[in-house]
Amino acid sequence: MVALSEFAPIGAMLLLAIVVGLLLLFISRILGPNKPTERKSAPYESGMKPIGPGTRRLPVRFYLIAVLFILFDIEVIFFLPWAVVFRKLGLFALVEMFIFIIILLVGYFYAWRKGALEWE
Amino acid sequence: MNIEITFETITFAIFGVLTLAGGIGVVTTRNLIHAALYLIVSLFGVAGIFILLAAPFLAAIQVLVYIGAIAILIIFGVMLTRGMTHLPERFNRQGGLAAVVVIGGFVVLLVGVILPVWGPNGAVAAEAQPIFMTTRDLGIALVDKEQFVLPFEVASVLLTAAMVGAIAIARDDESRD
Amino acid sequence: MVSLWVYLVLAAALFSIGAFGVLARRNAIAILMGVELMLNAVNINLVAFWRFVRPDGGSENMFGQVFTVFVFVVAAAEVAVGLAIIISVYRSKRSVIAEEVDLLKW
Repeated sequence: MVALSEFAPIGAMLLLAIVVGLLLLFISRILGPNKPTERKSAPYESGMKPIGPGTRRLPVRFYLIAVLFILFDIEVIFFLPWAVVFRKLGLFALVEMFIFIIILLVGYFYAWRKGALEWE
Repeated sequence: MNIEITFETITFAIFGVLTLAGGIGVVTTRNLIHAALYLIVSLFGVAGIFILLAAPFLAAIQVLVYIGAIAILIIFGVMLTRGMTHLPERFNRQGGLAAVVVIGGFVVLLVGVILPVWGPNGAVAAEAQPIFMTTRDLGIALVDKEQFVLPFEVASVLLTAAMVGAIAIARDDESRD
Repeated sequence: MVSLWVYLVLAAALFSIGAFGVLARRNAIAILMGVELMLNAVNINLVAFWRFVRPDGGSENMFGQVFTVFVFVVAAAEVAVGLAIIISVYRSKRSVIAEEVDLLKW
């Protein structure tokens, strides 16, 4: 039986995280000295003067990596319930999961051959 | 209609407000990065609703996959199309008409379908059932040969097609760029 | 106990907000976000009906949750391909405003 009270620890943790986060922001705002100069409030680039606008376009490579991540991340949805009942279902479930993974590997090899995984 | 104030109703109110406020933020904010952050708030509210509906596995997946992957991908998309993040005009010409249509649709749905059929004095009474081990049941349903094996395998075809399509469409062609 | 219709009202409201985003926003990524809101509203409905109107428990009555799982998968695929299209359009037209992308219009 799933009771709501079982999630009370998670709720307490969430509340605690929110309270601590707000508290830290609040304390540093109150106690810290606040004397901004132009150099201090500039974006930090390892001590250099900032070059160019901060809103430059990212290379598409980042997006390709993110797409690969998301599509393999989705597998969690299927792997977790499968793993929970794997012992009960035996060989049949194993074969099913193999077919599932092999189909996904086709896409993985496509990404590999197309060079989506290479950085330069 | 009397509302009893219990732990559950308070939790529902909090997550429901998060969901709707986040949704309104998504569709009204001018800055798209902020809209994506509002989307995360809204998705988190939906995760809380899933817990209230006794589907903790879906709530975890909501946080892991929706917030952890889909929302991040949308933020990537926003950063890749810089210069379009702050549009002077948020809504297109049909914005007013869209608002009227959407509010009208919501009212029709509420008065015409939800309240008469499922409402407090509705035609169909619905009682929550006690639920055991839903993740295990979900796993059995997904891989049982009587149930969802075929959709389960087809889902991997869909993911492969999406992967190939996204790479083929978004990739820089050296000859073109 | 929060009853079924309260969940349905919440889902209908979220769906309407998402539909407004899809119909009225100009930026294509904002339209995608509206679609995400609509999909989430559908998920709330699916899980709520699974919780309240199934005959009994067990693995034979997991339709609501299984459908939600497939909605997750479709949403991920949709966002991946949709954003790829938007990025590709942005590369050639320098714009992601939906009404300016009219090459297929006649």
